[in-house]
Amino acid sequence: MAASSERSPPPFPDSEEPELLEDSDEGADAFTGTSISEMDSPSPDSTKPPKDIFNEPLEDIFSDPLSNINSEPQKKVDTKIPSPSSDEAVDLFSDPLDDDSEVVSSPEVQNPMPDLLNEPVQAPKSDVLGEPPVHKNAARQQDIFEDPPKGSSKSSSVKKAASAELFSDEDEEDLFKELPKVVTKKPQPSGPPVDVFTEVKSDVKVKPQVKDDPTDLFAEEALTAPAPKPSASSSSSRTNGVHSEEHDLFSEATVELSLDSPRNDRKKKDAVKPSVSAPVAPVASSSSKAPSKTLEELEEEESEDTFDLNISVTNPEKVGDGMNAYMAYKVSTQTSLTMFRSKTFTVRRRFSDFLGLYEKLSEKHLQNGYIVPPPPEKSILGMTKVKVGKEDPSSAEFVERRRAALERYLQRVVSHPSLLQDPDVREFLEKEELPRAVSTQALSGAGFLKMLNKATDAVSKMTIKMNEQDVWFDEKIQDVENEEQHMRKLHVMVESLVNHRKELSGNTAVFAKSVAMLGSSEDNTALSRALSQLAEVEDRIEQLHQEQAANDFFTFSELLADYIRLLGAVKGCFDQRMKAWQRWQDAENMLQKKREVEAKLLWANKPDKLQQAKDEIAEWEAKVTQYEREFERISATVRKEVIRFDKEKARDFKRQIIKYLESLLNSQQQLIKYWEAFLPEAKAIA
Amino acid sequence: MTSISEDSDKEKVRSVSVDLNNDASLVIDIPDALCERDKVKFTVHTKTTLSSFQKPEFSVPRQHEEFIWLHDTIVETEEYAGLIIPPAPPKPDFEGPREKMHKLGEGESSMTKEEYAKMKQELEAEYLAVFKKTVQVHEVFLQRLSSHPIFRKDRNFQIFLEYDQDLSVRRKNAKEMFGGFFKNMVKSADEVLISGVKEVDEFFEQEKTFLLDYSSKIKDASAKAEKMTRSHKNVADDYNHISGALNSTAADNNTAFKKTISVCVLQKLEDRVASDQELKLTELLRYYTRDIQAAKDLLYRRARALADNENSNKALDKARLKGKDIAQAEENQKQCLQKFDKLSESGKKELTSFKARRVVAFRKNLIEMTELEIKHAKNSVSLLQGSIEILNSN
Repeated sequence: MAASSERSPPPFPDSEEPELLEDSDEGADAFTGTSISEMDSPSPDSTKPPKDIFNEPLEDIFSDPLSNINSEPQKKVDTKIPSPSSDEAVDLFSDPLDDDSEVVSSPEVQNPMPDLLNEPVQAPKSDVLGEPPVHKNAARQQDIFEDPPKGSSKSSSVKKAASAELFSDEDEEDLFKELPKVVTKKPQPSGPPVDVFTEVKSDVKVKPQVKDDPTDLFAEEALTAPAPKPSASSSSSRTNGVHSEEHDLFSEATVELSLDSPRNDRKKKDAVKPSVSAPVAPVASSSSKAPSKTLEELEEEESEDTFDLNISVTNPEKVGDGMNAYMAYKVSTQTSLTMFRSKTFTVRRRFSDFLGLYEKLSEKHLQNGYIVPPPPEKSILGMTKVKVGKEDPSSAEFVERRRAALERYLQRVVSHPSLLQDPDVREFLEKEELPRAVSTQALSGAGFLKMLNKATDAVSKMTIKMNEQDVWFDEKIQDVENEEQHMRKLHVMVESLVNHRKELSGNTAVFAKSVAMLGSSEDNTALSRALSQLAEVEDRIEQLHQEQAANDFFTFSELLADYIRLLGAVKGCFDQRMKAWQRWQDAENMLQKKREVEAKLLWANKPDKLQQAKDEIAEWEAKVTQYEREFERISATVRKEVIRFDKEKARDFKRQIIKYLESLLNSQQQLIKYWEAFLPEAKAIA
Repeated sequence: MTSISEDSDKEKVRSVSVDLNNDASLVIDIPDALCERDKVKFTVHTKTTLSSFQKPEFSVPRQHEEFIWLHDTIVETEEYAGLIIPPAPPKPDFEGPREKMHKLGEGESSMTKEEYAKMKQELEAEYLAVFKKTVQVHEVFLQRLSSHPIFRKDRNFQIFLEYDQDLSVRRKNAKEMFGGFFKNMVKSADEVLISGVKEVDEFFEQEKTFLLDYSSKIKDASAKAEKMTRSHKNVADDYNHISGALNSTAADNNTAFKKTISVCVLQKLEDRVASDQELKLTELLRYYTRDIQAAKDLLYRRARALADNENSNKALDKARLKGKDIAQAEENQKQCLQKFDKLSESGKKELTSFKARRVVAFRKNLIEMTELEIKHAKNSVSLLQGSIEILNSN
C-alpha cells in the first residue's frame, strides 16, 4: 500500500499537497515523507502529461471502480495503515508492510530519483508477496492492496473534502487506470492518451504468451532490451537495472498465474507513466521489453521479405576551416517502419558520429556475439588532404569513396534486425543534434586506451587455448581465417587492377593526343582524317577505361575492402565467444578448487569452516551454470550471426559481381560501338 | 629452345606494315626459326624463277648478325644512295620474358601449383609473341629488299639468300661500334651544316620538312602506343591474378563465386587485345619510325650530294679563276651534278612510292586492328553475358 500511495504522488500537482498531508494523517508518516520527497523530485513539466491523461478518464471513474474500492478495500486500507499491529489478514498485510518498510528504508526512495527505479523494485516484490495465495483472488487482492489503497485513502479524502475535485480526479485517474484492468481483467488500459500506451497495450496483450516461454527468452530479451527504448539517452544504466529486475520478475512470473504478470506490468506502467522526469523513455524501456522481443521477431521476419528502410548518405560538405575542418554528410532515411517518427527524415552527421555509433553499438552488442558492421577506417592522410587541399581530384575521390563507404556501412547496420532496434541507431538516424562523439580520435587518450585494450585482448587471445568441441565452429573459424586471407590477396590485386587501368587510361589519352598530332601532319588527307578519327576513338576509349576503373574500384575493390573489415568483425565475435568460454572454464576450475577445499575441510573435520566452503561451492556452482549458459547463448548467437552473415555475403557478392560484370559488359559494348564507327573511316583511306 | 612453325600464322605475320608487290619471281619467307641461348637462327626460304639463282628453291640458316651485315653493305653501296634502304631489323630481345621466367622459377615455392602453371603458360605465350615478332621483322626486311627492283639484283643480297654456309660475319667489335657512333655524330653535325645549303628543288624542301615533322610525331606516337599496350598488358596480368585469387577463394568457399571462370577467360581476351594491339598498331608505328628514318637518311644523302655539288661548283669556279686544274674540276663538278641529279630523280621516285606504301600500310593495319578490337569486344560481350546469366540463374 505504501507502494501505491507512494506511486501516486508524483503526478500530483502542487495544489494537492495539503490533501496528501491529510492523507498522511491516516497513513504512516514514513509514507508521506516518501511521497513528498518524491513529489519534489519530478520536474515541473512533469505535471503535464498526467493532466492530459486525467481528462479522459473522468467519466468512468465514478462508474464502478470507486464503488468497488469503497466496498471492500477501504476497510483494509484503514486497518492496514495502522501497520503491523492489526491481526486481520496477517499474511496479506505483513507482506505489504515489509514492502513499505523497505520502501521507506531504501535509499532509492530518498533519492530524488525518478520513480522508475522504485517502481520496478517494488513491483516485483509485491509480486513475490502476492505469490503465496496462488489462486486468482490472491492476485486480485494483492492488486487491491497495491492500487486501491491510494484510491481508498484518497476516496476517503474525497469524502471528507468532496469539494477538492481536482484532487479527486487525480486519484480517480489512478484508480481508473488500474482498476478497470484489475476488475475486468481486460488487458487494455482504457483511453491511452500517450503514445507510450499503445505500446503498453500491445505489451499487455503479448505478455501472457511470452510468459509461457522458457526463461531463456527473457534472458535474450534482456540482451536486446535496450533496443526499444526510444531516445533515452541518459537512462541506459538505469534501464539496465530495470532489466535485471524484469528478468527476475518474469522468471517468477512463469510460476505465477497468468493474470499476474500483465497486471504487474500495467501497474508498473501506470506508476511509471505519471512519474515524470523522463516519462517516455522509462515507460518504454520498462514496459515494452517483452513486446520488444516479439516485435523484434516480427520485424526480423519482415526484414527478410520486405526490408523497407532506405538510407542514403549524400552531400558531403566541408565545415569549418583549417585543421578543425570536418566533412558533414547528409543522412537521409526513407522508411515505412512504424518505429520511426516519420517516413522520411534527414540529419547531418560528421564522420566521427559514424564512428561514435559504431563504438556504442559494439560496446553493447559485440559481447553478445553480434556481428557489428565496422565503419570505414579513419584516414588521417586523406582527411588532412581534404582539410588543407583546395579542389584536388584526389581529395574529391577520397570524399566520394568515404561517402559511399559510410552509406554501405549504415545500410549494413540497419539491415541487421537486432541492430536496427538499437536506440542509438534510431537516434543516429532521427535526432537533429547528436552529442559530439568523443574518443573516436585516433590520437586521443581514449584512442590510446583502446589500443592498449586491443593489445591486451590480443595477448589474452594468444594465451587462451580453447579446445573446440563444436566442429561447426572449428571449421567456421578456419574458414573465416582463410577467407580473410584470400580476400586480402584479392583486394591487393583488384587495387592493382584499378591502378593499372587508370594508367592505361592515362596512356590512352596521351596516345590519342599524339595520334591527333600525327594526323595533323599527315599529308594524305584520307589517312589524316582517319588518324584524327582514331585519336577521337582513343579519346573515348580513355573515358571508358576511366569509368571502368571507377567501376572496378567502387563495385569490386570496395566490396572486398568492406568484407575484409566485416570478416574482422566476425572474428571479433569468435573472440567474444572464446572469452565467454574462458570465463566458464575459469569458473569451473574455481569450483573444482572449492570442492577440493571442502573435501579437505571434511577430512580435517572443521565444521565451522565447512559451511562457508559449502556456500562458496553453491555460489560457484551457480556461477558455472550461469557462465555455461552464457557461453551457450553466445555460441548460439554467433552461429546465427555467422549464418546470417554468410547468407548476406553470398547475396552481396552475387549482386555486386553481377553489377560489376554488367559494367564490364557495358564498356565492351561501347568499345564495339566505337570501333565499328571507326571501321569505315579506316576503309576509306585510299 | 623454342621452335615455331610460321606457316599457319603466315597471314598474320606478314600483316605488318609493308605492302609488298607479290611478284612471284622472288618469294622469300622465314618459315622457321630456332632460338639458342642468345642466338636466333632463322631459316630463310627462297623460291624464285630468276635465272641469277642456281636453284628455283632453297633455304639457308641465317642469324641476326647476317641480316645486319646485309643492311650495312647495302647502305655503304654508293649506287643506292638515291634509294630508301629498308631499315634493318632490330636485335632480337628476349631479355624481358627470360628474366620473368627466371623470377618465376625462383618464386615457384611461394605459389600454388595452379598459379605457377598459369604464370608459366602466360610467360610462354609472351615469349612466343616476342619470338614471332622478331621473326616477322626479319622476314619483312628481306621481303622489302626482294620486292625492290634494284635491291633484288644486289649481289650481296643474292649471296645472302643462296650461300648455304655460314657467312662468317662477325659481330662488330668495339672499335667499329665506336666508329659507327662517330660516323653518326659526324652525320648529324653534317646535317646541321647542310641545312644551311639552299634547297633548289621545292619537292625536296617540302618533303624534308614533312619528314622531319612526321618522324618526330610518329616516334612520339609509337612510344605512347608502346606505353599503352604495356599498361594494357598490365591490366590483363591483373585479370590473370584476380582470376587465380578468385579461383582459390572459390575453392575454399562454395558460395557465389561462379565469376571465376569468366574472369579467367576475360584475362585471356584482354591479353589478346593487348598483344594484337601491339602487333597491329605499335609495330606499324615502330616500323614506320624506322622507315622514316631511312627516308630521312635518303634525304640526307641527297643533301650531302647537293652540298658536294655546290662545293664542286665552287671548286670549278676557283680553278677557273686560278686557271689551273680546270679539267679536273670540271670533271668533278660534272660528276657531282650527275650524281645529284640521279639521286634527286630516284629519291623523288622513292619518296613518292614510300608515301603510297605508307598510306596503304596504315590502311591495312588500321582496318585489321579495328576488326580485331571488334572481335575481341564481341567475344567479351558474349562471355560476360553468359556469366551474368549463369550468376542470375543460380
